[in-house]
Formats: sequence, structure tokens, C-alpha cells
Amino acid sequence: MFEILEKRSLNPTVTLMKINAPRIAAKAEPGQFIILRTDSESERIPLTIADYDRNAGTVTIIFQIVGATTEKLNHLSVGECLHDFVGPLGTATETEGLKKVAVVGGGVGCAIAYPVTKKLHELGVEVHAIAGFRNSELVILEDEFRAASSKFVLMSDDGSAGEKGLVTDALRKLVESGEKYDRVITIGPLIMMKFVCGLTKELGIPTVASMNPIMIDGTGMCGCCRLTVGGKTKFACVDGPEFDGHLIDFDEAMARSAMYKPFEQKSREETCNLFSQEVK
Amino acid sequence: MPDMSLKKNEMPVQQPDVRNKNFSEVALGYTEEQAVSEAKRCLNCKNKPCTGGCPVQIDIPAFIGKIAEGDFAEAYRIIAESSSLPAVCGRVCPQENQCESKCVRGIKGEPVAIGRLERFVADWHNAQPEILAEKPVSNGHKAAVIGSGPSGLTCAGDLAKKGYDVTIFEALHVAGGVLSYGIPEFRLPKSIVQKEIDSLKALGVKIETNVVVGKTVSVDELMQNEGFETVFIGTGAGLPRFMNIPGENLNGVYSANEFLTRINLMKAYKENSSTPIRAGSNAVIVGGGNVAMDAARCAKRLGADVHIVYRRTEHELPARAEEIEHAKEEGIVFKFLTNPVEIKADENGWVKSIVCQQMELSEPDASGRAKAVPIEGALIEIEADCVIMSIGTSPNPLIKSTTEGLDTQTWGGIIADENGLTSKKGVYAGGDAVTSAATVILAMGAGKKAAAAMDDYMKNK
Repeated sequence: MFEILEKRSLNPTVTLMKINAPRIAAKAEPGQFIILRTDSESERIPLTIADYDRNAGTVTIIFQIVGATTEKLNHLSVGECLHDFVGPLGTATETEGLKKVAVVGGGVGCAIAYPVTKKLHELGVEVHAIAGFRNSELVILEDEFRAASSKFVLMSDDGSAGEKGLVTDALRKLVESGEKYDRVITIGPLIMMKFVCGLTKELGIPTVASMNPIMIDGTGMCGCCRLTVGGKTKFACVDGPEFDGHLIDFDEAMARSAMYKPFEQKSREETCNLFSQEVK
Repeated sequence: MPDMSLKKNEMPVQQPDVRNKNFSEVALGYTEEQAVSEAKRCLNCKNKPCTGGCPVQIDIPAFIGKIAEGDFAEAYRIIAESSSLPAVCGRVCPQENQCESKCVRGIKGEPVAIGRLERFVADWHNAQPEILAEKPVSNGHKAAVIGSGPSGLTCAGDLAKKGYDVTIFEALHVAGGVLSYGIPEFRLPKSIVQKEIDSLKALGVKIETNVVVGKTVSVDELMQNEGFETVFIGTGAGLPRFMNIPGENLNGVYSANEFLTRINLMKAYKENSSTPIRAGSNAVIVGGGNVAMDAARCAKRLGADVHIVYRRTEHELPARAEEIEHAKEEGIVFKFLTNPVEIKADENGWVKSIVCQQMELSEPDASGRAKAVPIEGALIEIEADCVIMSIGTSPNPLIKSTTEGLDTQTWGGIIADENGLTSKKGVYAGGDAVTSAATVILAMGAGKKAAAAMDDYMKNK
């Protein structure tokens, strides 16, 4: 069974869990994801693999509590088991031939930006990391980023952590100061990635964006996660989750990600009520 | 003396205006009296044309003879010799194109209702107190089966009965493949699928869910590191096709696979399900196969008004006659000679309507097949807040792309000989992964043949 071996709160809404999953740990690579179910009635949700330990047979996930299922997931404790945990799915981050890369993460996307940063760093690639958060309370993995990059820029919307401003401001500044990247890798909210890709297109830097659309099976069976890349329909689960950021139709992706918003809201409220009753 | 009535015994069904609001099984099955009466219509032909029409060669006159005598246990034993999933096949086989199409009684009048009788026997057996199958003595050989759909379950069952140590690897969290995620509860109750799976487990078959072969572990690793001497690939044809028309990625557009998976696998039709579904109030289903009928009937049950658009005529509909009939009775409207060209959005990016080209049938070509051709300028717009694309599926490329030396067709199907042997030593394949989307029973037939060939191979290794 997929036992929770470690659980740590990274900020008030983001949690890290280390899961016992030897088969997946043996194969996982940065950029890939898993799908989990918390219990026998749970929906299937995709989460990008944050880390793995092949020897210990563990896979680390980092998730933001945004809906009913992540709420339930956050209520599980060390020693309890996930009902289902499948992967590694999708393709791994392409790292071949890279010499100097800027990794641009936003919010909980930094949980995925970090393992990519670490892998590149270990491969000897020069990595600059830019991480953006709304405020200082939400900052995660700051020390880890610093350790795995040769330059780290922390940004926040309100200036309470690092510099005040957007990740695009930081990236533009670095490039204008003479830094030359052969690739930008961006992971975060769709709207942020849209603007990062817009900027790098202007700057002429090849860019990869990691997409996290709604999924069910994660093996190419349902087409729920489809998106338009360069005018062609692609399935994020098998063709991605990483795509050429200059070719992604972000507006369509944003519309699709909001497809079940009302349902999700209602179902999260119900779950929260359930938990607050339990506490009483 | 056989009963010479020209008509089959009717099978009781839920009334259309009742069943189109629930997900309970539509057809209710024969009573013992009805089954015995139907069985007596069989002429017990010496040359058994019906058996020749059965992909797994069930001795049909023999089991029907036992029903006529009231010996249902023996009837079951006869079916079980050839078929490992009778309760499933009795429900979803296209008998009208197979066994029943060969029935002599069908020359004048209706054929014997072989499918309904098979279902009766299987249900009778399932209602008896559980007699657990004895676990066969192990022969020490290990075989892996990838995919737990009809071909995989059949292959695993046949190998286990011969004493092989069989492990099924399933990508989803539930076993059953298309029987679980595809075919709806009202046509094939999931408790029946579970029962068939439980009986395989009783034979010693192990099922590992949540393993995506090609990702979690490769075929080569199964053989080299985990000691499996043979592997059967029964991964089906699960990749949905789209039409590549404008608007296909709008909110409210589903592949039939997604729509049915949400409903059947994730139970989105239940009040408290954590997986959402939105059939809207006007659903348009594109396509004319059994899957299209399933999607249409599900959408109806979720409260939508449902249209099926199909580019040819009723005569060319690939779905089973019974499914088409049931769909019509339930209030689903068919629009024939209608081919979608664009899906339009409302101001919020949701589906608003579907624009279709009206078609006409051309004169039959040399092959005798009439083609649907557009009538110039004849476009219609159908209001829709949900569109479900049900125009077919192709095999999943995950295994092909991760298994060295496994040859496939250009369209993705795995190349296998008549015994299921692929281009790779010890690796067999069958079902939709080889043939592209076909039927449950053909997949079972392929699983059966492959199991026999795998047995030969492992015995003589």
C-alpha cells in the first residue's frame, strides 16, 4: 500500500508528503507526475513528482489545498495509506544539451520548479532560479532553491519577501543585465506562464511550460487534458506535461481549467464542513 | 417435439420512460419458465451452425438442451468449458451477427434467443450459494497479463486453470478494462464484472492495479527482472479520436471515453460523487456505434435532451439493433446524413451549438458501398451545451513506444499471428490492441488462443 511516511507543512496551504511507492520511485524523473486517489470514493487527481528516492523507494509530492480532494489528502497522517498512487506518467523534462537555463516558478508551481532546478544543477548546467509568491507567508523551498542554483531571485506581489514585482520583471532584468539563457523552463499558474512565454518570445529564448490540466486516467485514454499546441491538439498526460511555451494556446487552457469551478467550489465547501463537524 | 413458435420469448425490461431516468439494468432477464420455454425452440441441429458463429465455440445446442431439461447447473458447466465470462457475454455480445445469425430457426421467424439463454444460465449460476473454485496445483511457471479487459481476463483465467502463476497488471484503479470504464451499469452491472474478477482471483490470479506498463515498468523488465516467462498484451484501443474541427476543445465537449469514464469508472452519476460531469440540457452525440448509444443513453439519464448525429443513414449505423431500439424508446432523437463541421461557443467559452453539414448518399461504388457526400450549402445549426465525440478509438502507443522489438501496424495495432504471437519472443497480444476497436467476445477469443499458445511455449521451453 502507498503509506505516507512523512508529512510536512511548507506554508499554510501547501503540504509535502513522502509516499512509499517503490515501483514509481524506481522510474520517476523530474517533470513527470503521478495520479492519486485518497480513498475508495475519491476522484483521481494529478500531481507532479517533487522528488524521489530510488533506494528508499519513496516519492515526494507537494500539493496546495485547493479543492475537496486536496483537503482530504491534507487530513491524512503519517502511517495512513493513499488508496491509489500511479505513475510515473508523462514525459520527463528534456535536459540534454543545455548549458544555461532560467527556471521560473510561481506559487505552488515552485514545488515542481525545484526538482527540475536540482536536476539541472546536478548535471552541471548553470541554473538561475526565479520564484514568485503572493507574499512572504506563502514562500516555499527558499533554502533548497538557493542550494541548487547559481543565482536565485525571490519575488513577491507585495514586496514582503524578496523583491516586489512579478517573475517576468525579474527575468527581464536578468536578460537586460546581459545573462544569456539557452532555455527558460516555467512552472506555475497559467496566467503567469502565459506572460513568461510572451516575454521570452519577445526575447527570443526557447521556453518550456509545464501544464497541469484536469485529468482522469492520465494514460491518454480520455482526452480530458487536451490542449492546443501550435494549432494541434495534444494530450498533456502522454505528450506532455511540458510543451513549447511559445506554441501553447494559454487562453484555451485557462478556459478549460475553469470547466468545473462551481462544482469544485461546492464540493470543497462540503468537505470542509464535514471536517469541521468531525473536529467538534 | 420443439416449440415451433416463430417469435423469441420476450425478455422483461424496465419501461422506457422509467429507465431513462435511472442507471439500473434495462433488461431484466428470463424467468426459469421463460428460459425453459425458449430453450424448447432449439431444434438441436446435428451440425450446430450456431457454434460455428461463436468466437469461443460454445457448444450451444448442448447447453440449451440442458436448460430445456431444467438442468441449469449442467448448462452452466457446458458454457464454462468455453467461455470465462458468460454473464458478460450474455449481455453485450452482438449475438444477432454471430450465433443467432446462423440459427436455422431464423430462416423462417426469429432465431433462438441464444444470448438471453446464456445470460439466464450465468445469472442462475451467480445466484447459487458460492462454490469456490479449487485453486489448481501450481506448475511453477510465471505469466504476466497486461490489461484486465475481456482479452486479458480470459487469457489469465485459461492460464490459471492450467496451473500457471498469473499476474494481471492494470493501469486504472479498478480491474475490468472497458467492462468497467466503458459499458454503462444499465447494460452491464459492475457487480457482475466484479463477480467474474473475483472468480479469477479464486483461481489464484493476482491483480496489480495502478501499474501502467510502459511507464511504471516495461515489458522487458517484467521478463528480465520479475521472472515472467511470457507476457500477454491486452491493452485495448483506448485512445479517443477527434474530428479536428473548430471548437472541439471548448468547455462542454467530451470524448465518449471521457464522458463514459467519468460516469462508469468514477461514478459521476451518483449524487455524492467527487468526480464532476456535465451533460447539460441539450447533448449532441457524434457517431453511430455502440459507444455512441451508451453515451447518448447516459446523457439522457443525466437529464439532457439528446440528439445523435450520424453522417450516413440508419441503415449504416454500426451499433447493435437492440441498442438503437433501446435508445429510440428512451427518447433519443437521431439525425442522419448530418456531419459536424464546427462547434460554436457562447460568450463564456462554453459550447452553444454545433454546425452540421447535411449529406446525401451517393450511388454505390464498385465495392457496393454508398458514400455520404455533402449537399452543397446545406448547413444546419443544432443548439447544444454538451457535445460528445464518439467516432472511434485507436490502440494506446505506450507499450509500443517502450518495448523494443515489438512490431506494430502504421495505425498502431500490434502485429500478432493467429495464435497471438508478436514479433517478440514470449510476448503475445490480442483483443482491440491488435484488431482495433471490436467486440468483447472477439477479444475473449483472442485471449483464449493466446493462452493456449503461451501454454505450449512455456511447457516446451
